[in-house]
Amino acid sequence: MTSTVTPPVRESGSGADQGDGGARRRRLPRIPDRIRQGGLPYLLLLPAVLLELLVHIVPMVIGIVMSFRELTQLYINNWGNAPWRAFDNYKIAVDFDAPLGEALLHSFYVTCLFTVITVGLSWLFGMAAAVMLQGNFRGRGLLRAVFLTPYALPVYAAVITWAFMFQRDNGMINHVLHNQLGLTDEPSFWLIGDNSFIALVVVAVWKSWPFAFLMLMAGLQNIPRELYEAASIDGAGIWQQIRKITLPSLRPVNQVLVLVLFLWTFNDFNTPYVLFGESAPEAADLISIHIYQSSFVTWNFGTGSAMSVLLLLFLLLVTAVYLVATSRGRKGSGAV
Amino acid sequence: MPSKALAGKARSPLAPPASFRWTRRIILAFLTAFALLPVYVMVSSSLKPLEDVTDTFQWIPSEITIRPYFDIWDTVPLAHYFMNSLLVAGAATVLSVTIAVFSAYAVSRYRFRGKRVFTVTVLSTQMFPGILFLLPLFLIFVNIGNSTGVALYGSRGGLILTYLTFSLPFSIWMLIGYFDSIPRDLDEAAMVDGCGPFGALFRVVVPAAIPGIVAVAVYAFMTAWGEVLFASVMTNDETRTLAVGLQGYATQNDVYWNQIMAASLVVSVPVVAGFLLLQRYLVAGLTAGAVK
Repeated sequence: MTSTVTPPVRESGSGADQGDGGARRRRLPRIPDRIRQGGLPYLLLLPAVLLELLVHIVPMVIGIVMSFRELTQLYINNWGNAPWRAFDNYKIAVDFDAPLGEALLHSFYVTCLFTVITVGLSWLFGMAAAVMLQGNFRGRGLLRAVFLTPYALPVYAAVITWAFMFQRDNGMINHVLHNQLGLTDEPSFWLIGDNSFIALVVVAVWKSWPFAFLMLMAGLQNIPRELYEAASIDGAGIWQQIRKITLPSLRPVNQVLVLVLFLWTFNDFNTPYVLFGESAPEAADLISIHIYQSSFVTWNFGTGSAMSVLLLLFLLLVTAVYLVATSRGRKGSGAV
Repeated sequence: MPSKALAGKARSPLAPPASFRWTRRIILAFLTAFALLPVYVMVSSSLKPLEDVTDTFQWIPSEITIRPYFDIWDTVPLAHYFMNSLLVAGAATVLSVTIAVFSAYAVSRYRFRGKRVFTVTVLSTQMFPGILFLLPLFLIFVNIGNSTGVALYGSRGGLILTYLTFSLPFSIWMLIGYFDSIPRDLDEAAMVDGCGPFGALFRVVVPAAIPGIVAVAVYAFMTAWGEVLFASVMTNDETRTLAVGLQGYATQNDVYWNQIMAASLVVSVPVVAGFLLLQRYLVAGLTAGAVK
């Protein structure tokens, strides 16, 4: 989860402003004893800080250093002595007339398109499911479990099942489209060629909409019932209630949800990797697989690192713009 | 947990109109079909003999066999992978939850310098593409191994360290929200009664936050159980997890689809069962903490 933006809380005595240590506005008296516990909070944070340093921060710094060096297989065992190349790796990566840069740009386009479609559909399905499961009717608990199943299944088990369904000769998809409905003249290929993009989107949406459903369902439970009651007394029908109460109340949840979905989808490696293997077809060449291939398959880690850094900068930029754009006009309790 | 919108609609004069009821039926039917389609394929194909899964797909198996469920253990050392996954995911979960509880307690209950820097940094690590630090981490592990003799590369320990860090940001974030919703008076009172800060944490805050902690544990376990990229690079034959091991059912001549489906089902059962049993906690935890 990434967001440090949280909606204002209207609940007595619980100022929840997660992810934001700064602007805490408590109505509770401060207890001086606690504040004088000088070292204790640092002690409590130490394990988390050490682990973050080891697994995230230090490797990232090394990754950035690597992106300025010539790091082919000749130097991989002795990477500290790899020749310094300044911005050469970056020049190679963004030289869009050369094959390598052109492929990266194409991969970037594919990833953007894939992310927009996947996040949009996942949000739509999740929202529809959450709204439709409000209220009491028979089978609600069962449906909730059913909808969460794709989220609970391990990625590789689920995606390998989709890969089986998309097989050309013995897959379920072609059996339905070609044999049963006769929609195609001959069985299509789904995991190579242009169709692979469709296959990838279907699997990605299937995998991520339950998460949207989960978050939105939790968000719906925080909407005070009185609002709906007042609205129905005033004669608002159910559709109007959804439009006028449900959607606006969910804005803070949506803000976090869309950002998280965006980042997860953009960085998704597992889905294409299990679906297509080490090299994805051109139409479904997501950026994470593309970088993986540039690094591990063709053994050019310097260029791979440079691509990763560019990707990180892009994500930082988008996130910053998004946070600024969405936190305007909110009575924010913890906007960054 | 009665939901807010339509609860009591039986009593209310404003039952949802037919338009809404039909829309609801259609949408829910579509989503159910979409969600369960692969599950159906997985279950039905795992009960077919090999010639049936290499031939045209059949909705209803022409003959049902449970052979694949016996064969999967011999085709690849599945039990061994299973144990590896269990060890790695279990250890990563316990450690991740413990560390997240301490961190969230500090952020939720204390004022100190650098608090904001800590939370923002931890959360922003979620943004990093895994591919960016895969190779550096690999090199760090190899170097630590060479210089100290602590084998992290290829060992379960290295994988546990990696995975617990993956689930840490979300866990901390969610627990901060959860702890914030627990009235401070409770642990203040415990401190007044002579508990130390750790006493207050373990006797008051943790018991009150059980749903949030369970939710975080489920998330951490699922993260570790399903990770593919680092599992393929950071393990060897001895420490391979299910994520990598499951790819062993495709041989030069044949892809044992029925066995792949059976194995997929077997590896899914623990997480899906656990998740569905604990999903109430997850929703409650999200409701109280993260979604606020």
